[in-house]
Amino acid sequence: MENREILVEAKNLKEYFNVNTGMFRSKQLKAVDDVSFAIRKGETLGLVGESGCGKTTVGRTLLHLYKPTGGEVWFKGKKIETKADIAEYRKKSTMVFQDPYSSLNPRMTVSDIIGEPLDIHKMYADKQERKEKILDLMNRVGLNSEHANRYAHEFSGGQRQRIGIARALATSPDFVVCDEPVSALDVSIQAQVINMFDELQDQMNLTYLFIAHDLLVVRHISDRIAVMYLGKMVELADAKEIYDHPLHPYSKSLMSAVPVPDPKIARANQRIVLSGDIPSPLNAPSGCPFRTRCPYATDICAETMPEFKEEAPGHFVACHNVERIN
Amino acid sequence: MALLEVRDLHTAFTTPAGTVNAVNGVSFFLERGKVLGIVGESGSGKSVTAYSIMQILEKNGQIVGGSVKVDGQELVGAGEKVMKTVRGNKISIIFQDPMTSLNPTYTIGHQLVEAILLHTNRNRKQAWDRAVEMLQLVNVNEPLKRMKQYPFELSGGMRQRVMIAMALACEPDILIADEPTTALDVTIQAQILELMQSLQKELGMAIIMITHDLGVVAQMCDEVIVMYAGSICEQGTADEIFYNPKHEYTKGLMRSIPTVDNDDTPLEPIAGTPIDLLNMPAGCPFAPRCDKAMKICLRERAERMEINECHAAACWMNVKEKAEASQEGGEA
Repeated sequence: MENREILVEAKNLKEYFNVNTGMFRSKQLKAVDDVSFAIRKGETLGLVGESGCGKTTVGRTLLHLYKPTGGEVWFKGKKIETKADIAEYRKKSTMVFQDPYSSLNPRMTVSDIIGEPLDIHKMYADKQERKEKILDLMNRVGLNSEHANRYAHEFSGGQRQRIGIARALATSPDFVVCDEPVSALDVSIQAQVINMFDELQDQMNLTYLFIAHDLLVVRHISDRIAVMYLGKMVELADAKEIYDHPLHPYSKSLMSAVPVPDPKIARANQRIVLSGDIPSPLNAPSGCPFRTRCPYATDICAETMPEFKEEAPGHFVACHNVERIN
Repeated sequence: MALLEVRDLHTAFTTPAGTVNAVNGVSFFLERGKVLGIVGESGSGKSVTAYSIMQILEKNGQIVGGSVKVDGQELVGAGEKVMKTVRGNKISIIFQDPMTSLNPTYTIGHQLVEAILLHTNRNRKQAWDRAVEMLQLVNVNEPLKRMKQYPFELSGGMRQRVMIAMALACEPDILIADEPTTALDVTIQAQILELMQSLQKELGMAIIMITHDLGVVAQMCDEVIVMYAGSICEQGTADEIFYNPKHEYTKGLMRSIPTVDNDDTPLEPIAGTPIDLLNMPAGCPFAPRCDKAMKICLRERAERMEINECHAAACWMNVKEKAEASQEGGEA
């Protein structure tokens, strides 16, 4: 995996939003603050963190759905800058959304939903080719091609998510951002969709950024996992490594808080329960954002943000006290 | 006598499309001080079971049969007057979304005091003190300040703590928690679950934990009920359900979730989609999705069968296995 070429890279990516806090006042919300990472071809990078930590914003900014406030996005060794770059990049990078109910237009038939990216990028010669492509996509994601003229509301949640996936794959992309694609689904349906993501990756040589808060699902599907907290990336490592040997105190508590579906392990599990809530991103603490809840915080944590550095081969972490803790 | 006895409970909803039998013959006992988990997918009837016990169903819903007894007192058909003395005092409930279950236009203190005044003989001053005491119990920091704040000023985890404080203010014997942590983040979920566990030990109440998360069940529950399409497929102690599942649906559910050590093998999903409650088949509701379904499964529902003294399941596979075992035993 290490030797594969890098497909997508974020360099010091920043995304700030202006939030109105009063009639004439506004404040800057640093949703993503100086995040750098690279995703290799054919890899699945899992992105985890709690609500409001900026993981969805990373996904959207990476696809230029939001214009980055700062930093760069590189795709296939080329910096995405001009409008033409973005147009070409959008063809090769797509997104699967969390909510299969609100992300499909209720007034469009399934074939029009799946065909829309084809229309936009003019990827067919005639109507017949368009139809064939749509039916092929429906078969790929396990939808009955006889249902092409139905509307989204006629399908169950799992099937709707399949429609969303077919739409994302319509332009034969290289890179897919999956934003909590299985969170809204029931357990038994979740497994169907997760397996489909795996199969499609093999068939179509896809690269995923898989955003989710269910750590067991992320661990199952990802090659590497990145952990975010309040707009910063705090740790990035191999999926098994980060789960078995997390280095950052936040990752440690996150991993230990996962409810394990096994009563004996769950009862014996020594959970590290953090006190307090996540601070509002509008009033992020100075220095390391985690210091207000961190049991190991020292003076330096309040002063500077620790550097995101490689602690072990392929294992990045941003913590001043990483040697002392581990 | 068990604290809560539910026998053959049936609840139906009248909808424009027809009658939906959301709960079909659910029976279980809950002992004092135990934690019972009810798991199932959306539409399996786990929440409706709880709402039926509390009799807080939507207007188009109705208990159409069965019995619910708390401390030997029959609740089905007992009337609203009796239920008012039961709700809050004997059974309390907390809901999934703490934002929608608190009134956004009143302060936390107002809502807590109102609940306490309604259910106890305290005066306003005593109720206020009790409310502050309850907030302290659920580890809300700065309780005096929180009393004067509105729900929107609190975080999700904090709101859920307030809901728990409100539910426990009158020291109920049973707390029903309907997906209490589903809307919360993992680290906040850990805080709330730990709080519920410590309160349960401290106050000695029984908890019914309704969830779809098998991880939460494994951590919290002594006993587990697995529901599918309004019926109980399997019930038993947590260890029995997790390590020795005897219903094909439970087995499928266990295989379809990612665990700590199966990240290299594909998951084994349950094929098909959950059943449409408007068109229930005659036989086992899980039969259309079950890969071991036999002819009888499509024709007739399996009776609940005791596997051992702390485990029962309703699956024809067990009847078949038992018959085969006795046949072999007879031949030998």
